[in-house]
Amino acid sequence: MAPILEISDLSVAYRSDSGDVHAVEHVSLSLNAGEVVGLCGESGSGKSTLAYGAMRLLRPPALITSGSVRYSGRRITHGGEPVDILSMSQRELHRIRWRETAIVFQSAMNALNPVLRVQDQLLDAIQAHLKLPRHEARDKAATLLDLVGIPRDRLRAYPHELSGGMRQRVMIAMALAADPEVVIMDEPTTALDVVVQRDILSQIVELKDRLGFSVLFITHDLSLLLELADRIAVMYAGRLMETGSSQELMREPAHPYTRGLLNSFPALHGAKRELTGIPGVPPDLRDITPGCPFIPRCRYATGACSAVDMSLAPVAGTPAQAAHLTACPIVTPEVTKEASQEEVAS
Amino acid sequence: MKSSVFAGAANIWRNLPLKAKIGVGLFGFFVLAAIIGPQVQPYDPGAQTPLTMAAPSVQHWFGTTQTGQDILSQVLTGIRLTLELALLVGVIVTVVSVLIGVTSAFLGGIWDDVLSLITNVFLVIPALPLLIVLLGYLSQQGQTPTIVVLSLLGWPWGARVIRAQTLTIRGRDFIAASRETGEKTWRIILFEIIPNEVSLIAASFVNTVLYAIGASVALAFVGLTNVNSWSLGTILFWAQTDSALLAGAWWWFVPAGLAVALIGTSLVLLNSGIDELGSPRLRATRGTAKVAGHKIWPTDPTPVLAQLQAQRGPLGSFLHSFSRRSLLEGTSAGGEL
Amino acid sequence: MTEPLINGVPASGLPGADAAAGDGAAAPAVNADAEQAGEPAVVQSVAAVRGPLALEAVSLDKVFKLGRGKTLQAVRNVSFGLYKGAVVALVGESGSGKSTVAKLLAGQERPTGGVIKLDGQPIDIRGGRAFRKYKSQVQYVFQDPFGSLNPVHDVGYHLTRPVRLHQPGNKDVRGTVTALLEQVRLTPAAQFVVKYPHELSGGQRQRVSFARALAAEPTVLLADEPVSMLDVSIRLEMLNLLDDLRTRLSLALLYITHDIASARYFADEVLVMYGGQIVERGPAEDVTQRPAHPYTQLLIASAPDPDNLGSELKSGYAAGGGAARAGNVGPAAAGCPFSNRCPLAIDKCKQENPALQLLTPVRAAACWRLDVAAPPLADSAVSPK
Repeated sequence: MAPILEISDLSVAYRSDSGDVHAVEHVSLSLNAGEVVGLCGESGSGKSTLAYGAMRLLRPPALITSGSVRYSGRRITHGGEPVDILSMSQRELHRIRWRETAIVFQSAMNALNPVLRVQDQLLDAIQAHLKLPRHEARDKAATLLDLVGIPRDRLRAYPHELSGGMRQRVMIAMALAADPEVVIMDEPTTALDVVVQRDILSQIVELKDRLGFSVLFITHDLSLLLELADRIAVMYAGRLMETGSSQELMREPAHPYTRGLLNSFPALHGAKRELTGIPGVPPDLRDITPGCPFIPRCRYATGACSAVDMSLAPVAGTPAQAAHLTACPIVTPEVTKEASQEEVAS
Repeated sequence: MKSSVFAGAANIWRNLPLKAKIGVGLFGFFVLAAIIGPQVQPYDPGAQTPLTMAAPSVQHWFGTTQTGQDILSQVLTGIRLTLELALLVGVIVTVVSVLIGVTSAFLGGIWDDVLSLITNVFLVIPALPLLIVLLGYLSQQGQTPTIVVLSLLGWPWGARVIRAQTLTIRGRDFIAASRETGEKTWRIILFEIIPNEVSLIAASFVNTVLYAIGASVALAFVGLTNVNSWSLGTILFWAQTDSALLAGAWWWFVPAGLAVALIGTSLVLLNSGIDELGSPRLRATRGTAKVAGHKIWPTDPTPVLAQLQAQRGPLGSFLHSFSRRSLLEGTSAGGEL
Repeated sequence: MTEPLINGVPASGLPGADAAAGDGAAAPAVNADAEQAGEPAVVQSVAAVRGPLALEAVSLDKVFKLGRGKTLQAVRNVSFGLYKGAVVALVGESGSGKSTVAKLLAGQERPTGGVIKLDGQPIDIRGGRAFRKYKSQVQYVFQDPFGSLNPVHDVGYHLTRPVRLHQPGNKDVRGTVTALLEQVRLTPAAQFVVKYPHELSGGQRQRVSFARALAAEPTVLLADEPVSMLDVSIRLEMLNLLDDLRTRLSLALLYITHDIASARYFADEVLVMYGGQIVERGPAEDVTQRPAHPYTQLLIASAPDPDNLGSELKSGYAAGGGAARAGNVGPAAAGCPFSNRCPLAIDKCKQENPALQLLTPVRAAACWRLDVAAPPLADSAVSPK
């Protein structure tokens, strides 16, 4: 079964008079039907740029400099070859936007129009992509609110009258209006409290199982992804550092950055460890070291690291067909495990 | 410290768009004319000569009036007088509007209510009738009455805008932080808030100067101001009174009119540059962007390099291959030659 | 409301009986039904072992007028103390009142009830001079590194001003500024002094904010979500820096956060707030590992837990055992604020707002159903009467 969305070798750069800023460099990522893939990274990692670039939503001076984004939704391909989003014209893109791929934006407070009622915004989205008669569109709007657990009387409300959690649910409802195959969620719960967050996330998973879409979940919160996602891709400075199932990343993180990230979340249960996070700061994309961008912050860095080509390879000790890939050729899970055991002992 | 001021100025100049540079240059030219004008003018503007209604010639570059007065000298004096008036009005209005706008926004409460009331009252005063009455009433001593009246009527607009901006800035964390530090209120207003409004104040100043020029010329043209001073508007007044148009003496009103138009235009161009300086976001979204040699609108889907290159015909690609851009695209490191 | 003794000598035997005589004056509560019932608990703060009491909040109330006769009680009867060299964490959702408490302690807002005591004396911050004097003892650090520095001034200006204001006799301002930068690990200091905020990263800006607060040489530092807006990988470094500063300078630190995991890691004592009230308090480790109040239990259950690999999230069930579905309900207007969401709520909860009940000498929770919510603790707790 072909993945529903396959991003291959995608690179996105921002053109400016003083040179290019390489926001995303040669990233390959695939999303299978019914799967939740987590895209994890901090500021400057390129995770949002990757998703928006793949959907051709970035504004100039952004430029896609390489790669392809193949989409295999039945409605478009009719069982044939996947289509490349990067080679589509504006009209073709309009056909797949919202109906095949939908995006739930960060910060629903800003994404909802403050002067329009919820119903009008839902109708807006519905009418733009599905040509329905007015009463049917209204029914659909009401059904969508039911879907996300919002009482129907909120249809006539303005965004500022709703709580943060409800606004985010409205965004999710809008995204699901045209029954897409792929839903991209960009930090949907970052501004919300943990209780509301958990609630919304379980709703998303429930909807995913019911309606059968796939989710690309972008966040900086790796601990959340470990619970939520089936597979996780970790990005840093525009490059993929590690991909694998959440189990694999949790138990045996192969890349020093992943391990560093895991160490940055104070554990709520279990033993209280001495934590240090990762020394240094996330890099300025205009000023990247050659080879691996993580060198300035990596304790295992050697001279050879500046010549590494950053392609993903299976983690040492796992079969070649396995999906646990890492971009770091010198560090293996054993090495980092030894190192952290030393820390605990000292 | 000094070098940083120059470096700062040079940096600002480099970042100005072309139209703003033209504005600065043009306005600078007129300022120069105002400064040296009265020194270099060949005749006394009021001196009458027998050479009446003469077309431009070597002796009179801009010709003469009906009473033989040299128009070039009049125009030079006019530029100086008009600019003096306009800049003075600009300074007074800006100072008053900043004082009132910032104070009412920062102090809030009853102060805000009172000052806003005053601002609104001055805003709705009908300008022209008031001008006619006041100017008719005040003795005609040079330009002072005009300056006073224009200042009185011009400050409310800027005050409102600055008040709105100050309200926004007041809510920002760094103002609360300076209070945390223990700064006194007047220091916060002067050193924390106003420096953040510099581009707004500058734009307001330029706008006021523009308004003052337009208003003073119009008033002079109608004859409300002192008809014996040689401002640009007065020149036009006399041209009108002495039927220059009918007589075909274009050289009488064209130079003065052109001067007014050009000064106004230069100010508008200058202002657009200040806007963009103050708000970098405006700079970024200047309509289309040029990416890889193609014009891309903000509403277009993200361009793909391969597609853009394919759109260029064979001749285009050939020519493009000589450009620096193509070298950047071609290198595997994506730009590091 | 009577003055609960926070750091007082633990009452001999039954704390309830020893509580200050009578019920005293009523607090200016807007909603009389929400007035806390039950004997006030005498809770010792575990943070008291670190050092003397620096700042004390006593029965703080804050009511906001919303216009058209409506009011909002943002803070209700909040009492706790900050001790030198100790970190007290205030944990809660947005709207719980934790930021308002910080603003009251910082002097940015005036309490409508209760008293704030600095070194045992009620504070008086009316007038510029008194306010500045207070500021030289109690400093507040803002959450947003991108908004708390003035974009038109460089780092040197930001630090020189507080040094000039709070250390008037200081002849070597430049040296002091350099020392401050070194204290927050922004070195080489000379390089940073001339930088403007937009040239610094989020973490660096936050360090400048800390340095600015420290320039006043305060005894108390109120940090309102100091790391929430920073990248994950640098948060711990920043918290470790705060920890280091607190030990070296013997600061009394108030750490406000919505992330209870970082509170466990960083704080000595945790106070959980909901609906403007403290619903549970105690040593950080105890409160997070053995939460007593149903709301605290909900918070702990909702926080992402990577160790829980068999998570219900993957299989799509609603999370958290007996925890309530969040929906969009705010705190209840009468009785216990959590009563409209609590799975253990009974009629008494909806009618009477519980005061803090003592569980151990250093732990308390405001709940009528502690016997069901936290049986082992409730059993060993000393009962009020």
